[in-house]
Amino acid sequence: MTESKTFNRTATVILTLLVIITLLPILLILVSSFTDETSLLQNGYSFLPKAWSLDAYYYIVKQGVVIVRAYGISFFTTIVGTVFSVLLTTTLAYPMARKSFRYRNVLSFFVFFTMLFNGGIVPSYIMWTRFFHIKNTIWALLIPNYLVSAFNVILVKNYYANNIPDALVEASQIDGASELTIFKKVMFPLAKPVVATISLFTGLCYWNDWTNGLYYVDKAKFYSIQLLLLKIMNNIQALKTNSSAAMLGTGAVELPGTSVRMAMAFIGILPILIIYPFVQKYLVEGVVIGAVKG
Amino acid sequence: MGKTKKKGNFRKNLPILLIALPGIIYLIINNYVPMLGLFIAFKDFNFMKGLFKSDWCGFDNFKFLFATKDAWIMTRNTILYNLAFIVIGTVFAIFIAIMLCELGKRLRVKLFQSALLLPNLLSWVVIGFVAYAFLNADTGFINKSILENMGKSPVAWYSTPSAWPFILIIVFLWKNAGYQSIVFMSSIAGIDSSLYEAAALDGATKMQQIFKITLPLLKPTIITLTLMSIGRMFYSDFGLFYQVPQNSGALFTVTQTIDTYVYRGLMELNNIGMSAAAGFYQSVVGFILVLIANTIVRRVDADNALF
Repeated sequence: MTESKTFNRTATVILTLLVIITLLPILLILVSSFTDETSLLQNGYSFLPKAWSLDAYYYIVKQGVVIVRAYGISFFTTIVGTVFSVLLTTTLAYPMARKSFRYRNVLSFFVFFTMLFNGGIVPSYIMWTRFFHIKNTIWALLIPNYLVSAFNVILVKNYYANNIPDALVEASQIDGASELTIFKKVMFPLAKPVVATISLFTGLCYWNDWTNGLYYVDKAKFYSIQLLLLKIMNNIQALKTNSSAAMLGTGAVELPGTSVRMAMAFIGILPILIIYPFVQKYLVEGVVIGAVKG
Repeated sequence: MGKTKKKGNFRKNLPILLIALPGIIYLIINNYVPMLGLFIAFKDFNFMKGLFKSDWCGFDNFKFLFATKDAWIMTRNTILYNLAFIVIGTVFAIFIAIMLCELGKRLRVKLFQSALLLPNLLSWVVIGFVAYAFLNADTGFINKSILENMGKSPVAWYSTPSAWPFILIIVFLWKNAGYQSIVFMSSIAGIDSSLYEAAALDGATKMQQIFKITLPLLKPTIITLTLMSIGRMFYSDFGLFYQVPQNSGALFTVTQTIDTYVYRGLMELNNIGMSAAAGFYQSVVGFILVLIANTIVRRVDADNALF
């Protein structure tokens, strides 16, 4: 577009305002986590608290066994879930992009159909709980729903189809490599850029997930940070009861105050805030390639 | 002859098929088995008897479901919120995209975009906390810092249904506008810049350029995205409708959607029959809507059709 000074200025002002409105709620969480508890209860949530305090963070460091454990569960499921998801997604996408693969259309339809139609949560819930017995196991946080998303498979398939010449496969075949070796040694490494994008989407999805926990987990042992936050919100008693001495072998933990809850919410988003500047580019690219042509 | 050829073909394709096998097995279990499981909606499900031994009950679950007010409320809410999100969300996203594109490649554009995209990366649980910090009756920011200072009495937001259509739309925009604007930005970036240069030479103002060039050329993108949203019209974002209102019963008339109803039936009320019937209703009507939407997209803009 051609430049116009007045328009640019107006746009800058409007966007600055929008950015402020967007960031303020996150700032409120951060400020509240540094607010003195009494001040918070008396004067409410505020951007300019009367008294600041680090108590919430001291509390988490000293007494937060439950919180630290939940944090660990979140990291574990995010990393393991993402690794397995990438393996399943790329191995499913690669054959769909191989022109010489006889069943590639059938396979594409098989994957694609899952985007159009689904059985909903009731049959899934009964299957996972009654036939696979995943309730209150770590599998509950890893396996249902997120390991393969048709959307990601199609993203990888398109990447292979558009960027990797068939000649490369033929050349490897002439060298006598097996299909699996070709995939492992040639094709998987070539997909690095798109693997970065889907890892990012999948990682975010696992880190932010709370629905699997909501359906399949009610033991504090397997609470992820999101699930712990949810349980606290549902019932502020949760931390008190679930961190009982018997369970984790520590002293009784008192009920977390408002500022502690806010500090927990903040450390729940902290990993995202830390990696965000480095991954923002891949994220935007991923949205653009994925948005219209799923 | 034909048979051996087929066999040979199968053998030749087998190694590649094996590579895909783990993913295929996962999709069969995670996606296809539950599709077959939709028959639960026609059963009088009993935990003691189990899935296969429970008695068939024909359309009873559906009769009960549609005899309740809930069926109408959740359908109305799901559709109306989706309509509001499609219209307001699209307008907002285009508005942001045009302004960002207009500023070109300056550093601040990247900063603006990053900030606007940030809420999209937060989980609904955290957003529930954010909303609670603003809305709770005793210490919430709105009651304590705004209404109190204005000399107004506090509002019990979590039991005031009339406020929630607005609250939910605002939260939706806050979370999604930045994300949605990315797609429009990439469309706008694809517009031939000579069109604007020519228009500027002819004395067209910025506004005229936006309304006569940018918006008309965005039309295919807008139509495609809107149709795709219409295809998803029977689905709602469970997190938005479950976490943000804090599962408050007083708000169900304006916050209950098909997804929250299915969840509550299954997990809270132990009413598997009704829940399964509502899930079946969502799956089937949702499927029909996707097919219709896609058929129209294919007519309008074949390149962007899903299939």
